[in-house]
Formats: sequence, C-alpha cells, structure tokens
Amino acid sequence: MAYSNKVREVFQQELKDLRDAGLFKEERYIHAPQGAEIGVEFPAGSSVNKVINMCANNYLGLSSDPEVVQAAKEGLNSRGYGMSSVRFICGTQDLHRQLENKLTEFLGTEDTLLFPSCMDANAGVFEAIFNEQDVLIADRLVHASIVDGMRLCKAQQDTYKHSNMEHLEQKLQDHQDKRYRLIITDGVFSMDGDMAKLDKIVELAEKYDSMVFVDDSHATGFIGKTGRGIHEHCGVMGKIDIITTTLGKALGGASGGCVSGRTELVEMCRQKARPYLFSNAVAPVIISGVLKVLEMVSASTERRDKLEQNTIYWRKGLTEAGFDLKEGESPIVPVMLYNAKLSQDMARDLYSEGIYAIGFFFPVVPKGQARIRTQLSAAHEKHHLDKALDAFIKVGKKYNILGKGKKEIIEMYGM
Amino acid sequence: MEDMKKVILDYVIEEYLEDEDEEDIDENTPLISGGIVDSFSMVSLKRFLEKKYSIQIPDADATPQAFDTVNNIVELVKRFQEK
Repeated sequence: MAYSNKVREVFQQELKDLRDAGLFKEERYIHAPQGAEIGVEFPAGSSVNKVINMCANNYLGLSSDPEVVQAAKEGLNSRGYGMSSVRFICGTQDLHRQLENKLTEFLGTEDTLLFPSCMDANAGVFEAIFNEQDVLIADRLVHASIVDGMRLCKAQQDTYKHSNMEHLEQKLQDHQDKRYRLIITDGVFSMDGDMAKLDKIVELAEKYDSMVFVDDSHATGFIGKTGRGIHEHCGVMGKIDIITTTLGKALGGASGGCVSGRTELVEMCRQKARPYLFSNAVAPVIISGVLKVLEMVSASTERRDKLEQNTIYWRKGLTEAGFDLKEGESPIVPVMLYNAKLSQDMARDLYSEGIYAIGFFFPVVPKGQARIRTQLSAAHEKHHLDKALDAFIKVGKKYNILGKGKKEIIEMYGM
Repeated sequence: MEDMKKVILDYVIEEYLEDEDEEDIDENTPLISGGIVDSFSMVSLKRFLEKKYSIQIPDADATPQAFDTVNNIVELVKRFQEK
C-alpha cells in the first residue's frame, strides 16, 4: 500500500513541525454572509462570536449586496446552475460574452477573456503568448500566482527590486537582445498595500520597447477616480497591454478572473491558455452577479468614494495612536509587527475584543516582516472603525508597541 | 579575498540589497535561507554567473543550497568551469 502508517507518520511529523514553529494556519468558520460584521466560530466547536471584519477583500461592500444577490438569482433562473463544459466546447453563453464586453469597456481595453479565477488567468497568460526568445521582467513582490505562471512559461525571467525604477531600467537595457520584453507588476501590492508607479513603468516601456502587464486584483472597482484601476489612477489608460484582475474581490467576491488587453494577446489566450481550455466555464450565477456589480459601479462612485474616506480615517487613527504602518493610499493597511508570534498574539487578542484581523508571517511575507494586514470596506461605518481603533489601541498598549518603530519592536520581540 | 568571491559578493550587494539595508554580508552569509535572496529572484544571479564565467548551470544544479552563500556559489562556478 502506498499510504502506509510509516508514510502517514512522516506527514504527521511535518504538520507537527509547522504547529511547533507557529506557522500552522487554522480556518475560522463564518456563520453569516460576508460583511462588515460577521459571526465567527473559532476555535471549532466554540460559540459564534460577533466580530467586525477587518480582513476581507470586500472593498466595495458588495459581497452580500441585495441587488447583486437578486441579479444572481435571476441568472440562476434564466441561465441555470452550471455549464458542465469548458468554454470552447459548449460552455459559452451569451452572458459570458456580454460580461467580457462590459469588462473591456470598464477597463478601457480592446478585448477580455474570462477565466475561472485570476490565479488561473495568471497561470495561463504568459505561456500562451511568450516563448524562449522573450523575457519576463517582474517586480520582486508580485503575487505568488504570477510567479507560478512565469515558471510555466518558457520565456527567460528576470526580476527588479520592488518598485525601483532605476533597477527596472537597468534590466530593460540588459535585455534589448530579446524578441519581446514584458514588464510585470501588481497594480496594488497585496501585502504592503503600495501602488505600482505605473506612469513611470509605461514611460520606460515606451523608451525600451517593452510590453506592460498589470495584475490589478486589489484595484479594480475602486482605485482611480471612477474605480477603473491603477491605470486610471496613474493616467495611463489604454497603454497597458495585458491586465489581469479578479471578480473575487471588489467585483462581488464570488469567483472568476480575466485577462484583458490587446485584441491579439487576448485571442492568443483564447486559443492556447491551458486553464481556459481545460477548466469549466464560470457559472451563469456568477456572471449575472458581476454584470450587476459593473452596472452599479459604473453608475456611481459613491462606494469607492466612501472606501477612500474610510481608508483616510483608519490610517489617521492608527498613525495618531502610534502604530508603525506601511505608507500608502490603498485600503490595504499593514500594521507592522515584524515578529511572527507577536502578530499571532495580537490577532488573537483583537479577536477577543471583537475585531477579526489575521497575522501574516513567513512565508506569506518575508522573514522578519510579520504584520497584521487590515483591509477597509465601503461596508464599514464610522462606528465599526472607532470600535476597531479602540481595540487596536488597547491591544497595542498591552504589547507596548505604540510609538515604537521597527528597531525598537525587534529589540523587544526579536525577528 | 579571492577575486571571484569579491565579484560575486559585489554583485549580490548591488542586485539584492536596498540602500537602506543595514546588514553587512560576507561570503558566509546565508543568502537564500537568510531571506536576502528568494528562489524567485535567484534567476538574476544565475544569469549573471553564466554570462560572467561563460558556463551553463543546469536548473537541477541551481538549488537554494548551491546558491545559499557566496562560498557555495564559488564552488558551483568552479565545478562548471572545469567541465
């Protein structure tokens, strides 16, 4: 038998090692739709605790919006539950094409192709377009799904120091002998919350004859004056060759992703991208929900404006209280703690105070860079944020970290 | 310090350390296991070594262990220079 007791014990020890190192992740069971306030069962078997959610990608507060839910229900009624097919066989409804066209319009590109997730879009896009004559030059902090996708592609790879335009320029100079160059960046970096200098990147791309790729998953729907994304924010709409983004964050939070960009590059994905060719079509219920979301965010900037105000209020509150924050403008606000155990202990204490936020530590973030990553939502009201601030301050005082910077926190708690 | 060690160390400092980094590194500093170079950005170092020393390092030999210190890297380069 392949899975003998001996084999079982090997894996049990590996899992035990994770627990002993404080790196074991536990799921919490949420007894509610996603929202600003949720009921959480943690640990398993305990009574449900009502908490304020400070760690969802529910940026526009639409994950459980009644209009979005109603639109999804109508989609179920009119187009059924599932397609039971990949797209190119019999998995493409009129709704799929309608959503792709709406996304094209929203993002200001030439065409769009849906994928089961942005993870799948990132896994498939590079391999479908580039080969060993080309080079992919990525920011060192791009999302893990992009790293995986790059590794699946036969193109050469290189990286540049995070958001360092001088280093990127040097790399572009080094690779002038390649057929095509592709600069790869996140729009908003998921762990630090900072934004790509996309205007500078586009300038360098034009100077050194390179294409540009952006994963805008933490930006689509709310970054930029009308929420189109980082390219709108940086004034370079129409100049990004490939955008990938998710439907699983601000745009309803269910699932799904897409590649959007130049007509021919999107068509190459339709013809060759493996996750598109070999994975089931996005369900009609999700398509219907996202169509409603796009209609809502195109009609009004009310939600993204409220998110922006919430973000300013939250950052100001934490900064005045003396927390060490990563600088930025996005609704991802990391509270820097550096020590993994400290981040877990503080997250646990915050949970006891009715605030749900998670500690992030190696390997999710680099060693010695542990943090509690807070995320704002348009669903947060002022009273949510005030209660959360009070809890953070109470817990911050308990651990004596208020007013302290990196050096002092590491001196107290180690790395 | 031998020339190859210095050349590689200088490259690592230039390619991977930020201006505000306070740590000093030397030929024994763990680069990969110490979190200074991750497996994703290691590709730049591999390309530099291949170009600088006119060698080809197969992917199977470009392991985190082989690249973990400047001393390890020098050993790896010399091994492929002899082939």
